[in-house]
Amino acid sequence: MTEQVQKDENKKLILRLIAIIGGMFLFAFALVPLYNVFCDITGINGKTRGQALYEKVDIDKERVITVEFLTNINRGMPWEFKSMVKSIEVHPGELNEVRFYAKNRSKFDIVGQSVPSVSPGEAALYLNKTECFCFDQQRLNAGEEIEMPMKFYIDADIPEDITRLTLSYQLFNITDSVKVEAVATK
Amino acid sequence: MAIRRKLIAGITSLLGFMLSGVVQAAAEMNMRPGVTETSIEAYDLHMLVVWVMVIISVFVFGAMIYSFIFHRKSKNPTPATFSHSTKVEFIWTIIPILILIYLTIPAVKLLIKMEDASEPEMSIQVTGSQWKWHYKYLEYDVDFFSNLDRSLKVDDPNYLLAVDNRLVIPAGTKVRFLVTAQDVIHSWWVPDLAVKKDAIPGFINETWTLVPESAAGKIFRGQCTELCGKDHGFMPVVVEVLSKEDFVKWTDQKAQERKIAAKVAAEAAAQSWDMDKLMTLGKTTYESKCAACHQVNGEGMPPAFPALKDSAIAIGPIDGHMSIVVNGKQGTGMAAYGPQLTDAELAAVITYERNAWGNNTGDKVQPADIQAFKAGN
Amino acid sequence: MSDHHPTGITRWLYTTNHKDIGSMYLWFSFIMFLIGGAMAMVIRAELYQPGLQFVEPNFFNQMTTMHGLIMVFGAVMPSMVGLANWLIPMMIGAPDMALPRMNNWSFWILPFAFTLLLSSLFMEGGAPNFGWTFYAPLSTTYGPPSTDFFILGVHMMGISSIMGAINVIVTVFNMRAPGMTLMKMPLFVWTWLITAFLLIMVMPVLAGTVTMMLTDRHFGTSFFDAAGGGDPVMFQHIFWFFGHPEVYIMILPAFGVVSEIIPAFSRKKLFGYSSMVYATASIALLSFIVWAHHMFAVGMPVAGELFFMIATMLIAVPTGVKVFNWVATMWQGSLTFETPMLFSIAFVILFTIGGFSGVMLAMAPVDFQYHDTYFVVAHFHYVLFPGAIFGTTAAVYYWLPKWTGKMYNETSGKIHFWLSMIFVNLTFFPMHFSGLAGMPRRIPDYNMMFADFNMWASIGAFGLGLTQVYFLISIIIAIRGGKKADEKQWEGATGLEWDALPSPAPYHTFATPPKVD
Repeated sequence: MTEQVQKDENKKLILRLIAIIGGMFLFAFALVPLYNVFCDITGINGKTRGQALYEKVDIDKERVITVEFLTNINRGMPWEFKSMVKSIEVHPGELNEVRFYAKNRSKFDIVGQSVPSVSPGEAALYLNKTECFCFDQQRLNAGEEIEMPMKFYIDADIPEDITRLTLSYQLFNITDSVKVEAVATK
Repeated sequence: MAIRRKLIAGITSLLGFMLSGVVQAAAEMNMRPGVTETSIEAYDLHMLVVWVMVIISVFVFGAMIYSFIFHRKSKNPTPATFSHSTKVEFIWTIIPILILIYLTIPAVKLLIKMEDASEPEMSIQVTGSQWKWHYKYLEYDVDFFSNLDRSLKVDDPNYLLAVDNRLVIPAGTKVRFLVTAQDVIHSWWVPDLAVKKDAIPGFINETWTLVPESAAGKIFRGQCTELCGKDHGFMPVVVEVLSKEDFVKWTDQKAQERKIAAKVAAEAAAQSWDMDKLMTLGKTTYESKCAACHQVNGEGMPPAFPALKDSAIAIGPIDGHMSIVVNGKQGTGMAAYGPQLTDAELAAVITYERNAWGNNTGDKVQPADIQAFKAGN
Repeated sequence: MSDHHPTGITRWLYTTNHKDIGSMYLWFSFIMFLIGGAMAMVIRAELYQPGLQFVEPNFFNQMTTMHGLIMVFGAVMPSMVGLANWLIPMMIGAPDMALPRMNNWSFWILPFAFTLLLSSLFMEGGAPNFGWTFYAPLSTTYGPPSTDFFILGVHMMGISSIMGAINVIVTVFNMRAPGMTLMKMPLFVWTWLITAFLLIMVMPVLAGTVTMMLTDRHFGTSFFDAAGGGDPVMFQHIFWFFGHPEVYIMILPAFGVVSEIIPAFSRKKLFGYSSMVYATASIALLSFIVWAHHMFAVGMPVAGELFFMIATMLIAVPTGVKVFNWVATMWQGSLTFETPMLFSIAFVILFTIGGFSGVMLAMAPVDFQYHDTYFVVAHFHYVLFPGAIFGTTAAVYYWLPKWTGKMYNETSGKIHFWLSMIFVNLTFFPMHFSGLAGMPRRIPDYNMMFADFNMWASIGAFGLGLTQVYFLISIIIAIRGGKKADEKQWEGATGLEWDALPSPAPYHTFATPPKVD
């Protein structure tokens, strides 16, 4: 074929290949929401979803599920943080409330973020929180203490073989990232 | 010709069996079966695959060796001309598929079993951080850090595999582990229990074990198995299994120890410490807990591990110094030492840092100061 | 055909000639191989005995990280591109690659990228020390300052690979001589074509990954940071989505090389040509759906682990087909055992052993005992060293006469082969055992129970390293003053480069396309 035809053929193919390359680069970023959607649908990484609404459903009084609570404080976070109860036994479909206690034991105003994680991962799918301190950042001034409610219910269609789930909150100091001025108030 | 072929097949088979014999016989070269039902099943599956691979290699390498001998140019000057055979291709596609199915079935069964942490009898939270483990018993008031025992030397049989505080679990009990991390990804592994689970910051993973009563009294050792920084190779996992009765005694003992330690710490805190006493305790605490990163000479390994000599924090406001030692610093390797050291040790190490290496602030931090700081006063 | 070519340094700086560029890639990759090998020597020196003798743990981590990065991105990948550049145009009867100027760029980016990467050893905080797999948050929040230079280096190297892949695809699709249908191409061209598609699919994903790392480090994002709502495990998913096809990128061209050499020295056509093409394509396709077999311990749900386990075991099928086809090619052939054939045979045997440990690793419940131990290190070194590297070595011995017009010394070649064979096994076979005994990866010091295995591995490594220096010297001697090569140096060789071109091949070849029947 002539050189010009050759060049045109090449150009067409090159443009297609560049389109694939650009597409795959964007795909890498698209993997982020894709991963989150996948985890949301399957609950596999134990991340809980956002706020849910409680709809009155039949409470399955036959089944009892143990929900236990763990709290962890990440480094650089001088708060006390614990659940008021270690665990509770609930029926699927029933709305429950658990309270968490936090106190800022430092001399600075600090903003914290709790990150929840559920084990087994699949159980996260069936855990619905209607109210949770983990939805928002929590600001506590120096010395301030607070009791935070967490309301949740478990879907009635949670698989039979899940009889216990563990909900862990890890508390991070995010004051720097929200650029709150840490002022010594004492 | 047929005899020769049989002879060759025989020799290659013999070599193959010898090889597998070596594998089998040299037990110390093999994976250990461990002590739990799942670890033994994992070992069995491992041996099954090894045997299958050995048999396949006898055939494949046997055929190759045969060719090297009988199809070399001097022995077979006229090469055959065939270059395809659908029948043969079909056979050597189907047979591997069947072999793989044969291997997959026990693998699926065992995997489902190993990942079933339901109905545990007790739970322990395992937290990895740079570079130690922390264990918290959820049903007992026991929690502690587990650090590498650095006193053992290279020729000690437990070099790099011994800790100051072992994880203790009861035999004959399904124990669930909730594994997480404080900073980077670590991984908790005990080969004899066939338990390995990554410790991911911000997330919990669960796994479990059930050690039979026959293993009561034994100690099992593993290591961190995910690169987590400088001392990744220096954070072992040591699990001691006690009988159920002994375990209960142990938990009582731990509760007692905690009471005593609290009392001792309170007494120490009530006293006023002089500079010499603070510097002495401070030096030993620093050298055992801090020097691994900040170095004995206080020069650190910047930028990851800042120098303490001439540092703004060690010379500046005491509050800031206390804060970073007690609470750690997020996003860095500086862990919170508040839960890891007594108030006296904290006071001493901070005093030491403020006065050593020419820092010479003259500051003295009392255990009572630490107590007040922790309470937010 | 013209043999007139420019001279001096500018010849190499400005060249758009595929032969020149191929040579530069090959020399560059060999230099990188020696540098990465030197780092391996540091690692093996430290691991020769228990106790910390030579280096600090942090520096050791820098060595393991840089050894991996340099070998993967600086030695193996560019060596394969070097072979592609030299051979593809000659094999398909094309005068050069489709995009000669981009070809020059593709090469010249690399010295800059690797100077940047290597200079990180001298930066404050040292070189990257988080493993070649650079998991977050160790590499994001806790990475040293040089991490940002590592990211830039990866971007540069990635662009080079992508441009090279575009060049290969366009060349193969649009520049074959008349009569050379796709199913008449030498298998080496097929394997490189498929590799090129893998490259354009996954190198951009790597670019995305390191970009996300960069924004997490400096621009306030939290892709991989739990505190900000991110997920470190997501890093692993995105990385291995690139990472698994990457290992096939490293091996497929070697499959192609061996598929050229074994028929030549068996004096018999490659058995099952079309199966080989389909098997290679199947391996490439399957490589996209197995990535999480690197992550069985991460806390994936059982359904996920089962899927990835089964998909991974499936890859053994087309790979097995290829091995059987090579064996069948030799069967009832007329074999001679010159150096290229020795390396190719060793490839088949030792790569298969690496494949066996791969099947073992695929079985998730037992993988829990192998994951992140030296068993994995043994597996991938078997498929990479006697795999990819022996493949490239075989190619160099096989085509050196065509490239340079000079023959290497057969005795030296055999010495190089036997020493490599002995030492590669001495180095890496004991690692299976230290892994089974429980030795984790990436540790600078270990308990006595692993000592013997490590000692043998270190002895083997020192021997292996010295042997490659021997190789370098013997190749230089051959190029400078070896015996004159024949046009068709190997009795059983087939293909345009052997049948239609003199040795050495002239600077410009196939200005007029040959007729292929």
